[in-house]
Amino acid sequence: MSAEKKVLLPSLVKKYLMAGSGLILVLFVLGHMAGNLQFFGPPEMINAYAYHLHHLPGAPVSLWAIRLFLLLCVGTHIAMAVLLVKENQAARPQKYAKQGFRKADYAARTMPMSGLIILAFIIFHILQYTVRNVPENYNETIGEATFEQAHGLPPIEYFDVYAMMVKGFSNVGISIFYLVAMALLCMHLTHGVASMFQSIGFRNEMWRKRLHTLAVAYGWFIFIGFASIPVSVIAFGHGKAYLAEKEAEWAAQTQQAQTVQLAQADNFKEGR
Amino acid sequence: MNLDAKIPEGPLADKWKYHKGHNLKLVNPANRRKYHVIVVGSGLAGGAAAASLAEMGYQVSCFCYQDSPRRAHSIAAQGGINAAKNYQNDGDSIYRLFYDTIKGGDYRSREANVYRLAEVSGNIIDQMVAQGVPFAREYGGLLANRSFGGAQVSRTFYARGQTGQQLLLGAYQQLSRQIGLGQVKMYNRHEMLDLVLVDGHAKGIITRNLVNGKIERWASDTVVLCTGGYGNVFFLSTNAQGCNVTAAYRAFKRGAGFANPCYTQIHPTCIPVHGDQQSKLTLMSESLRNDGRIWAPKTRELADKVRKGEIKPGDIAEDDRDYYLERKYPSFGNLAPRDISSRAAKEACDDGRGVASTGLGVFLDFRDAINRLGEDVIRERYGNLFDMYNRITGDNPYQTPMMIFPAVHYTMGGLWVDYNLESNIPGLFVGGEANFSDHGANRLGASALMQGLADGYFVLPYTVGDYLARCGISSAGSISSDHEAFEEAENGVRERIAKLMSIQGTESPRSFHKRLGHIMWDYCGMARDDAGLKKAIELIPQLREEFWQNVRVIGEEGELNQELERAGRVADFLEYGELMCRDALMRDESCGGHFRSEHQTPDGEAERNDDEFAFVGVWEHQGDDKEPKLHKEELTYEEVKFTTRSYK
Amino acid sequence: MNLHLRVWRQKNVDTPGGYKNYELKDVSEDSSFLEMLDILNEQLVEQGEEPVAFDHDCREGICGMCSLVINGMAHGPETATTVCQLHMRSYKDGDSITIEPWRAKPFPVVKDLIVDRSAFDHIIQAGGFITARTGSPQDANEILIPKPTADKAMDAAACIGCGACVAACPNGSAMLFTSAKSSQLNLLPQGKGEKDKRVMAMVSAMDEQGFGNCTNYGECQAVCPKEITLDFIAKMNRDYATARVRNFFSKAI
Repeated sequence: MSAEKKVLLPSLVKKYLMAGSGLILVLFVLGHMAGNLQFFGPPEMINAYAYHLHHLPGAPVSLWAIRLFLLLCVGTHIAMAVLLVKENQAARPQKYAKQGFRKADYAARTMPMSGLIILAFIIFHILQYTVRNVPENYNETIGEATFEQAHGLPPIEYFDVYAMMVKGFSNVGISIFYLVAMALLCMHLTHGVASMFQSIGFRNEMWRKRLHTLAVAYGWFIFIGFASIPVSVIAFGHGKAYLAEKEAEWAAQTQQAQTVQLAQADNFKEGR
Repeated sequence: MNLDAKIPEGPLADKWKYHKGHNLKLVNPANRRKYHVIVVGSGLAGGAAAASLAEMGYQVSCFCYQDSPRRAHSIAAQGGINAAKNYQNDGDSIYRLFYDTIKGGDYRSREANVYRLAEVSGNIIDQMVAQGVPFAREYGGLLANRSFGGAQVSRTFYARGQTGQQLLLGAYQQLSRQIGLGQVKMYNRHEMLDLVLVDGHAKGIITRNLVNGKIERWASDTVVLCTGGYGNVFFLSTNAQGCNVTAAYRAFKRGAGFANPCYTQIHPTCIPVHGDQQSKLTLMSESLRNDGRIWAPKTRELADKVRKGEIKPGDIAEDDRDYYLERKYPSFGNLAPRDISSRAAKEACDDGRGVASTGLGVFLDFRDAINRLGEDVIRERYGNLFDMYNRITGDNPYQTPMMIFPAVHYTMGGLWVDYNLESNIPGLFVGGEANFSDHGANRLGASALMQGLADGYFVLPYTVGDYLARCGISSAGSISSDHEAFEEAENGVRERIAKLMSIQGTESPRSFHKRLGHIMWDYCGMARDDAGLKKAIELIPQLREEFWQNVRVIGEEGELNQELERAGRVADFLEYGELMCRDALMRDESCGGHFRSEHQTPDGEAERNDDEFAFVGVWEHQGDDKEPKLHKEELTYEEVKFTTRSYK
Repeated sequence: MNLHLRVWRQKNVDTPGGYKNYELKDVSEDSSFLEMLDILNEQLVEQGEEPVAFDHDCREGICGMCSLVINGMAHGPETATTVCQLHMRSYKDGDSITIEPWRAKPFPVVKDLIVDRSAFDHIIQAGGFITARTGSPQDANEILIPKPTADKAMDAAACIGCGACVAACPNGSAMLFTSAKSSQLNLLPQGKGEKDKRVMAMVSAMDEQGFGNCTNYGECQAVCPKEITLDFIAKMNRDYATARVRNFFSKAI
């Protein structure tokens, strides 16, 4: 008989939290992808989308609320994963000489590892495109929105997301990392999406296969959707022309600014 | 030896009601917790008794040798459980179930006990359903029934082919509930090695903790033994590996009478022995005989060719096949009762016409049924059994006939008990297969589960209480395990273990067990005769002698030691086997499962001798070097008349 | 056939164990796997070595006592089979076979291949029953149970409590065992009265025994000798959630 241990969180509650936070993240990923795919429209399309995301009604409070909520989901998902891994390792202190598997596929067995790499990717991804300081700040993509002015609104800070994406994905190293992470996300989802239904109790023998197929299809759908962007940039040079045009513009702006600066400096000197 | 059966007065149908209402004393609910009851065994009888007694408020300690009470061998029963519910509107009644059981037992069981068994059978089903046993149902939601051998009505309730498992788990769940409530203390992996008597009353037991070897004393106000049957005396049987006679035999050595030890039931449809390495016989449901035809080759030469694999069974011409059951018993054919089919198979094999590599097997052929009904129908009816057969033998029964052979299955004999299930030792109660009372010389299919649960749920809780009430509240908890009787018993157990450990000969306990099994099967098996039994009575003591000279028990006493466990059990079987042979020799008639070759009708049927043998043979231990003494409890029948069974 | 065996030997719960190699000759392919171990043990006794301790009892696949992991698979290579029903014809001459006990923290090794599974009993004791006092129930046919419900309950009830689900689960989780019993009783009308209480008590007993968490691998179902499905785990997840919600809003149960 084993000594009874004190349980902080019932195992099933952990499952529900894992499934619940997973569900929200699964939906977020879908939304995120839908947004990203506007990359294949005219540059203004995704730029306008990004602009609206940043200027939701009630922003910046609403924006931060959403961000915090997502962070909470990620945090819960991670916390449950840490607890599960820790407790599950404790429940099997002595390993088998070689454990055989019949049902558990590679995706299921590598959930913690794929999850960990995806986490690393998410951190990088946020640093790259949201915080914008890794590997560079993309400050040149910040400009003033022209169309607001055209509508008589006050000028607002405006990102050229399209250009930023092209620029970011032109870095082969980053694109490969991105692709690897998306492949792992796909794998993570093939087990996770099907599991979600099981954990909240909506699965039976008949639906098991269907849900598994659904999960695999969903995983691939997400992978193809996300992967299409870097692939189009790296392999097909999508948006490169636009970027070149923009870069030329920025260069001109920079030069102009420098000239102005120099002129100001000269004026200053002269004024002395 | 006092063999007063204490059968209550009055007409048969009212005896139990009257007895419960008038004779049996009660213990006040507030006083019950002061009594300590020991239950040994956690099968249907033991588990149910322990749970019910605990529920009533007694302090109960329950012991089993398995790692959990859920594993008792009641779990292996497949077919079902009888109950006189008459749900099928086919004219069933308590009386009919009673009568079928008496007749099936070949008029060697005690009438009043059997009637009570039939009377409470309905309550068992009610109880088990309430506990959540998932019995088979009709589409409308009512309970389903199937028919079983030896009856003309459908009264068998079942849960797929796992009825025993489901009933046992039902009882186990009730027991678990009481363990959870603290009313029952459960001791798994504890084996009872002696019974302790104080002033002639059963007041405790000595056990060995099978994990750490600790010998422990347990004092109580009464002891209930539900320790199962002794089929493993044959080494090969359908019993679980751990089933043993030790608890019952220790009680016998302490003075309890052992009744009808020679009554054993041989089941006709088991998978044949494959060789020396075999450890266990597997039963195949009797229902196979509904569509399978049993045969053996007509000539020895042909059988020899089959054994050597020179000819395939399917290639044997129709004229060269002997469908012996159909030939001998044209009206019942392949559905002849268990004992008769078993003996017929043995005859064919003794005649040198047996098949299987060992020559101990006959065919059970589905060829004609498959041709008639199609493979799909057969698969639907017997698919799981065919798969099981295929898994064990590697043969595909859809293509080649199955091979079957009889195997020891159940033992009707057991410790003698009166109507209250109390042995001749006051305070020692015996339930389930461990007692002798209800099945006479032969048990009907689906009646073992019924008896175990009847004893455990509906008899013992009343009669144990009656004994405790008769002892009086002042006696409750008065016996302590410091009493010298415990000292003496514990020392006995220790000495015996020390002796087993010290011999360090050359032969394993298992090997001795196997040798004993051969003797028992050859001379005290399906058919017995005077000369053979006398020979066995000569051989067994020799083997016993050899055992105590040459057994080798490896390992240590103070830890888990399966060799030591087996050695102790085999040592008891080596004495018990002799007792069985003596009883078989004494019973100079054929009845039910006990077939004496000298006593058969010209066409090979069992011939009872009601004038001389309508009694229960009860043996009393006289001392290690002395022959046991026979006592008789005459069987008197108020309701039924002796008739001869005929299945022609 | 001749075999190379690699068997886990462990003196008792407190002593660390290890693998030991044995060569075994002339095993009949008709023998069962446990009979093969019997032969090994006879050989060990002859050599004066202590035999390998392993749990076994009915040897017909129903008592749930036998419990071996063979080459990394609980109950060996065949599906829907207990070790005692596994026969040596599943192996070839010269095969190497690694035999280990169930491995899980709540199932400590008692000796060699024997583990202590009383953790399972504790789960049942916590709530795996219907409270039905002996002698008081109504007539059995007064509760109508439609055949599909009875069949489903029977599917769950077929569990033999062997523990292969725990042994095969990389997390050492006992969800399949616990859910089989809780679902059986929760499906039946007789069990409805204690439904919420039962599932909550059984789940917390399961957690307290130190079993791991379910991560939906499905290995348990794959090794279950009685082919009990993950459906019952899903049902338990559902039952537990509703029980918790109900319990949160009304402490009436």
